[in-house]
Amino acid sequence: MNNTPFWLYLLVMAGVTYLIRMLPMVLLKKRIQNRFILSFLHYIPYTVLSVMTIPAIFAATSYRLSAWLGFLAAVVMALCKRSLVSVAAVSCCVVFVTESIIIRCL
Amino acid sequence: MRENNSFSKGIRDGLPICFGYLSVSFAFGIFSIENGLSLWEALFISMTNVTSAGQLAAVPIIASGGTLLELAMAQLVINLRYALMSVSLSQKLGASVRLVDRFLISFVNTDEVFAVAISNRQRVGRLYLYGLILTPFLGWSLGTLLGAGAGNILPEAVTSALGIAIYAMFVAIVIPETKDKATAGCVLLAIALSCAFTYLPVLKEVQSGFVIIICAVVASALFAVLAPVKLPGEEGTGCE
Repeated sequence: MNNTPFWLYLLVMAGVTYLIRMLPMVLLKKRIQNRFILSFLHYIPYTVLSVMTIPAIFAATSYRLSAWLGFLAAVVMALCKRSLVSVAAVSCCVVFVTESIIIRCL
Repeated sequence: MRENNSFSKGIRDGLPICFGYLSVSFAFGIFSIENGLSLWEALFISMTNVTSAGQLAAVPIIASGGTLLELAMAQLVINLRYALMSVSLSQKLGASVRLVDRFLISFVNTDEVFAVAISNRQRVGRLYLYGLILTPFLGWSLGTLLGAGAGNILPEAVTSALGIAIYAMFVAIVIPETKDKATAGCVLLAIALSCAFTYLPVLKEVQSGFVIIICAVVASALFAVLAPVKLPGEEGTGCE
């Protein structure tokens, strides 16, 4: 293990994030017209979120089974176009109920 | 073009964003505690970054003692979209926005703030923008504090269930976009790569921050070539 202090992590992540937001607004005046860059930036949010979610979501709770059921509940709710909060709430409830049953049966 | 420079109008437009952020940042607070960060560390991250995906990716890197390069690269790729938003928003700023305002406003240029600011018919002024970013920033910080506090005091059975919340929100963001076939294909490719980096030998040795970068960049770049979006003001389907 290395022992990088927390404040250094904080400084690096906040610094990079701020520069990304600040430099274009302060320096640039022209619109980006490059089709590849625009397309790339269009896809990036969705690929990033997907990669962070799968497969990490299956290890996000105490049991694999509860995580799988919570994930499936979220997908069904999202397909029904429910809001962020209601998708998350139903997913959490499914995990909680599943784990309560698992604990009772063990 | 006339300019919208009403502080109270900005506050009004920002409040729905603030309420939305409370729940997402609450989930982030829980997630940070589950990963072994302290309440203050979670709060400081939220107050200095104000970005959901970037922060979520950073927590495991910090918790596992990852390198600063890995952290910086992950933030760069995940947050690169903000550069585009800042460019776009810079075209929309009214005459009242001074240079110093640009330095301050860009700090809280999130997806939602950008979307609301850009949807104004008029140019946006400095007072409107300060009103717009104020409550989302406070909501993001407060939600993190409450989530991290809850993570410290709630029983394990409850935090385990809440641990899935932020991922469920990501599912809720991505799934509606997959009605577009190109986006669906791009997302599926990214997921396949992500699973390969998690389960296959050799590949699973790569650190989490780099995995996000590699999978997201490869899938997005490939689909940017295969299925480019249409340029602003361009007619037609965009599928040549």
